[in-house]
Amino acid sequence: MEIGLIALAIILATLLGWLLKQSFNTQPWIADEVSATAHHGPLGGSSNTRLIALLTLLAVVTSFFALILSAYALRMELGDWVPMTEPQLLWSNTAMLVLASLAFQWTRNGAVKGIGSRLKPGLVVTGLLTAGFVVGQFVAWQQLEASGQFISSNPSNAFFYFLTGAHAVHILGGLYVWARATARVMLGTAEGAAIRRSIELCTIYWHYLLLVWLILFGLLLAT
Amino acid sequence: MAYVAIADRDHEQEHHDPQTFITKYIWSQDHKVIAVQYSITAIFVGLIALGLSAMMRLQLGFPDTFSFINPENYYQFITMHGMIMVIYLLTALFLGGFGNYLIPLQCGARDMVFPFLNMLSYWVYLLSVIILLISFFVPGGSTGAGWTLYPPQAIMQGTPGTDWGILLMLLSLAVFIVAFTMGGLNYVTTVLQARCKGMTLMRMPLSVWGIFIATVLGLLAFPALLVSAIMMLFDKTLMTSFFMPAISSMGADPGYTGGSPILFQHLFWFFGHPEVYIVALPAFGIVSDLLSTHARKNIFGYRMMVWAIVAIGGLSFIVWAHHMYVSGMNPYFGFFFATTTLIIAVPTAIKVYNWVLTLWQGNIHLRVPMLFAIGFIFTFIHGGLTGLFLGNVTIDLPLSDTYFVVAHFHMVMGVSPVLVVFGAIYHWWPKITGKMYNETLGKWHFWMTFLGTYSIYLPMHYLGFQGVPRRYFSMGNTEFLPESAQDLNAWITMSALFVAATQLLFFVNVVWSLMKGPKADPNPWGATTLEWQTPDTPPKHGNWGHELPECHRWAYDYSVPGYEDDFIPQNVPADKAPAGREHGADH
Repeated sequence: MEIGLIALAIILATLLGWLLKQSFNTQPWIADEVSATAHHGPLGGSSNTRLIALLTLLAVVTSFFALILSAYALRMELGDWVPMTEPQLLWSNTAMLVLASLAFQWTRNGAVKGIGSRLKPGLVVTGLLTAGFVVGQFVAWQQLEASGQFISSNPSNAFFYFLTGAHAVHILGGLYVWARATARVMLGTAEGAAIRRSIELCTIYWHYLLLVWLILFGLLLAT
Repeated sequence: MAYVAIADRDHEQEHHDPQTFITKYIWSQDHKVIAVQYSITAIFVGLIALGLSAMMRLQLGFPDTFSFINPENYYQFITMHGMIMVIYLLTALFLGGFGNYLIPLQCGARDMVFPFLNMLSYWVYLLSVIILLISFFVPGGSTGAGWTLYPPQAIMQGTPGTDWGILLMLLSLAVFIVAFTMGGLNYVTTVLQARCKGMTLMRMPLSVWGIFIATVLGLLAFPALLVSAIMMLFDKTLMTSFFMPAISSMGADPGYTGGSPILFQHLFWFFGHPEVYIVALPAFGIVSDLLSTHARKNIFGYRMMVWAIVAIGGLSFIVWAHHMYVSGMNPYFGFFFATTTLIIAVPTAIKVYNWVLTLWQGNIHLRVPMLFAIGFIFTFIHGGLTGLFLGNVTIDLPLSDTYFVVAHFHMVMGVSPVLVVFGAIYHWWPKITGKMYNETLGKWHFWMTFLGTYSIYLPMHYLGFQGVPRRYFSMGNTEFLPESAQDLNAWITMSALFVAATQLLFFVNVVWSLMKGPKADPNPWGATTLEWQTPDTPPKHGNWGHELPECHRWAYDYSVPGYEDDFIPQNVPADKAPAGREHGADH
């Protein structure tokens, strides 16, 4: 359970640091002037509300994956574990996810700098690459099944299917938000600031899921 | 400043007032309506779980008397009673119910920051409850695996409900966790981002603190339950061996290879122990506010109370294995977990001392909410102290499978939070409904519940010391027990039925109040927190009329010297009232 605990400690320490800053040396029983900003959150006012919500969600997802990895580490030590050979296709899938993240970053930079022409191609390319990753993962599953490596064959297989599946579900969730943002850009129904905000948040989510995937992939390769 | 905080924005939300009955009360995005929806649903399933416990008690008190209770459904009653009470009642009621109602009102916000997500959270929660209830009616009935759902027996033939019951239970839990995550994101973000001007973190009422930290715990701990539920679903349906060891079942080999049941226990209790505090911390917060308000005195050691909540929250993540002493572990681990378990008693004891010191020389009004709050201090100390016994490995081992543990966790996690739930309902009822209830009926409800629960659980400790095993349908070969143990069991059953019946007083009071109750004063208790200062009672959609409140002081300015009233609401500016308590003025 160490992996779970370490992830948790980092999350809690972040929260704790901010709480300490807010509460250290305060004298709440003194009534005084109303400060203009003292009620703001850790990142400032309302334009950051969605960012706070996203970061909170990422903390939850981190806890989720860290706990699966804890289980992975504990289960691996038992006698019936046979290391699995990962399909080579995962390498090209990984490349696609890296490119998707880069494309999203490029789109985001365009949105922030006000280069509107980047939005449509950027979003489309990102979506295609990401969808390509999900399809690629699915094909990898089929390759494994074709070679007789079923989910119940060995605990290492079971974890492989579980981890890649859980990660893909999170990607699909991201694609839902991406689809909404893209539709708004294509139809021109939203104002620029809202779109920019949406793209910024999506980019963070994409980078995060890339990071999760790199950790998972590295672990799968190493064990 | 480039940005405008939510609390700084003016009344832009007011134009979206819901118009029809459906948008106002069914598909409502108003946090107050959602809170009531959550509460009614939670109390409804709670009543079912109460009925299940009555069935168990009938069997235990009068064995071989009731033909409709057999060993299979006895285990189903145990399982569903535990799971419903812990998750679908207490977690949903404290966070979905009180969290939803209190966070925006006590923080001075118009609503949660994501009202649509909030609505969705309730409907997904309702879905999880429906899935859970369906499991009573599927072939084989609901699961009888015990509320901890330990594998391998949870999914092996021979345990009740292994065909459909366990599947629906795991599915329902997964759906519940989705609902909770949607709600939890909202609560955390609202507390961080939507407090009104002047409402610094250290001016928040302790109710909000308790709910906030409990939500953080829930968001980080529920994934452990989700992971274990998914993995067990795989073991059940896809024949993986995450938890299932190589095992033969009824002479046949089901095909599992060496999985680890202990792994499930780790994951389950990594969620399960913080879950105790997910329920307890909101109760701690609410009880602090109730005591302070009805004793007309500031809470003793506010900052200490906040930090105790935070410390308990953090520590609750490193004590989980004290639920697993009997599963066997490295003695060093046992020592570690026993130590952390005992350490958590320190911030908890600080809270108890501070509650008692808040009462010291207070102007105590023994109204119904106050009775329940003081009752909580008794039951919580009681349940907490037996927790210190059980935190030690050597004491836990002989007692773990006896009624001592049943008595312990019902005192600390059953009776105590439920007393707070009732206290809180009686306290906020006038604000929620705009009506008063019958005070006398409320007091009868308290005394009968309080004394009745002692009559149930005190003897259980004794039975535990005698070695009466828990989880058993009938006693079997227990010649070492005196005959009188059975008499005590009968007494406990009668007390339990009595307490269950007295809850009718509460519902009678609710109905009477709604039908005939006198109109409530906007602030009947003379409370300082913002929810009592709303322009309308009950508060309308948007809570605050045209202007958002500004917070000028903490929530505990009671009996301030030199001020006419014995309370100063949080939105009264410093120049309109004495500037709070200066050092040494009243300490």
